Amino acid sequence: MHQTTEPITNESYLNMDLLRFTTAGSVDDGKSTLIGRLLFDSKAIFEDQMEQIEEISTRKGKGYVDLSLLTDGLRAEREQGITIDVAYRYFATPKRKFIVADTPGHVQYTRNMVTGASTANLAIILIDARHGVIEQTCRHSFIASLLQIKHVVVCVNKMDLVDFSEEKFNKIREEYTNFASKLNIPDIRFIPISALMGDNVVEPSKNTPWYQGGTLMYTLETVNIASDLNMIDSRFPVQYVIRPQSDEFHDFRGFAGRVEGGVFKPGDEVMHLPSGLTTKIKTVETMDGQLEEAFPPMSITMTLEDNIDISRGDMIVKPNNQPESGQDIELMLCWLNEKKMNPGGKYVIRHTTKEARCVIKEVRYKMNINTLHKIEDDKTIGLNDIGRVLIRTTSPLFYDSYNKNRITGSVILVDEFTNETVGAGMIL
Amino acid sequence: MNSYTLSHLKQLESEAIFMMREVAAQFERPALLFSGGKDSIVMVRLAQKAFFPAKIPFPLVHVDTGHNFVETIEFRDKMAREVGANLIVRYVQDSIDQGRAVEEKGPNPSRNGLQTITLLDTIEEFKFDACFGGARRDEEKARAKERFFSHRDEFGQWDPKNQRPELWNLYNGKKQQGENFRIFPLSNWTEMDVWQYIYSEKLDIPSIYFTHKRDIINRGGTLLFSSPFVTLMKGEKVENMQVRFRTVGDITCTGAVESDAATLEQVIQEVATARQTERGTRADDKRSEAAMEDRKKQGYF
Repeated sequence: MHQTTEPITNESYLNMDLLRFTTAGSVDDGKSTLIGRLLFDSKAIFEDQMEQIEEISTRKGKGYVDLSLLTDGLRAEREQGITIDVAYRYFATPKRKFIVADTPGHVQYTRNMVTGASTANLAIILIDARHGVIEQTCRHSFIASLLQIKHVVVCVNKMDLVDFSEEKFNKIREEYTNFASKLNIPDIRFIPISALMGDNVVEPSKNTPWYQGGTLMYTLETVNIASDLNMIDSRFPVQYVIRPQSDEFHDFRGFAGRVEGGVFKPGDEVMHLPSGLTTKIKTVETMDGQLEEAFPPMSITMTLEDNIDISRGDMIVKPNNQPESGQDIELMLCWLNEKKMNPGGKYVIRHTTKEARCVIKEVRYKMNINTLHKIEDDKTIGLNDIGRVLIRTTSPLFYDSYNKNRITGSVILVDEFTNETVGAGMIL
Repeated sequence: MNSYTLSHLKQLESEAIFMMREVAAQFERPALLFSGGKDSIVMVRLAQKAFFPAKIPFPLVHVDTGHNFVETIEFRDKMAREVGANLIVRYVQDSIDQGRAVEEKGPNPSRNGLQTITLLDTIEEFKFDACFGGARRDEEKARAKERFFSHRDEFGQWDPKNQRPELWNLYNGKKQQGENFRIFPLSNWTEMDVWQYIYSEKLDIPSIYFTHKRDIINRGGTLLFSSPFVTLMKGEKVENMQVRFRTVGDITCTGAVESDAATLEQVIQEVATARQTERGTRADDKRSEAAMEDRKKQGYF
């Protein structure tokens, strides 16, 4: 295998940015091999890990080094030869650090895919060149679109098994493009690859002279994600109130949190929600010194000119750009628990740093996530189902649509008795 | 990069700070597990940043195996003093003396497994409901699937097949009486990230991370420190070697690497070209394919 030799220096390391991506594919489409190759070629697989999986592969009588053993970490997974849970992988090139949410492709694990996609900037969707667009491809793409992943890279894999046929590749691209027109994915790219042979993964392939685009690694390194964050609508959910009560900082009252949208500067006029009172930002504090401005996803502490009663769960915004506020909220809800959703049931809801309770008022419809059809005659929402629901919360939430802001537009539902996280909701 | 992007290290820092504040808000009695090793040193710095200009609002807790590098313990005490944190130390030796834990037999008995007993007793003693650990997902396969907020039942056990899904930045710390959480803010960091952070923050670390001369026993490829806790086996000899350590654990199972790296820059250079994982020097992880998973299920960090 080819090894990237360009060194990562201290200076470049401190300036690298971060890309989070998720991988989706069905069983046997070569996903583990692809991830294994990305990790290997970026030197993220170490000798002792390689030796361990070589040894296990030999012991189990496999005729090849099974790279999926790298990602299947739990005993039950190795025993059953399946991936149960989202596994996180890390590698870096001199340009970027990557966090990979590797999610299993089985039908029953929509839950894991949604989890992995919730923090991803980009999704890799694998298609077996011999089989083309199948039901699972549609499901994975729908979830990527639902979770507002802006960049999808469709890797048409196993090109070596179709003689690197341009015609085959174009047909799949056309098929996928047709299907994806029903979705909301602004940036879709197609790359013909062979994960096993390495074609167009890190090195451009000699077998696809008709393909002019970049390799997968090049795409991952260069895709522009800076514009994906919302820098317009200023949102600062208050997470924690800092009051040192020391001699040095006797009157200090700081509001700690992470900027989830827009830019905040000292002197800016801001509004506190729910009170609606306005004041100005006095300082933006960090241990490394006061800042001129704060933007997503910085964790900072803000002090204000006026003494307003502010606590966790409140939000600081700009007076001329306020979020929605209300108790009746429409969601696309993905159910994550074996126990079915209880229509009319009550759940704990977490939204930004706020916790409240809510009741499921109505299920509008359930999605058939393979065909994208709405199911209106069966509204039971069970594990891995996705549906549109109306909820009512015990106190108002300050929210944006998920389209506008992934953080102020998302919620989780928690079972009041088991305390398990049972639902993931995207506000419409 | 334009001015509105954060470097990956700054993003990781922000994520960890966010998590620490979330714990301080969601839990009543958190604690930070602090060994004096490099990951826990980074954790303490992040906790300082999270609550600045206030002090860290939870104690530092060390479960002391008694098999320590002197340098690390001195460092631990000094750092706790400097940041003005309350340091709680509990000893595996006490658990053994009370008959709650039984020492392993053999030529290098490890107390890593026994730490679990002392840790769970300590959690009970102080009624801690959330314990921060510096574990990272890149360290070991079983860790790759652990959550930031890792739920433990009333016996302190981890159930890998029944973990709560974690989406966006919404962390669910709800629990029943007697249950608790382990919190891993460095989950998304790699060994390299930790070193680069130490470098960029100019953090002090114990001297054993840098090259020094030390008496070493080579046991099946693992370079063990020739301490009173390690018995020389037939055919083995003590050699004085130029080494450093990549991790700090129980000295009976923490292997050294031969190295000339005397500065942080040199250590980073070495980490960048290393072909073995850092836990590859930990004999305790080599005991079986699922060694870490088994220990974690019982309540290990």
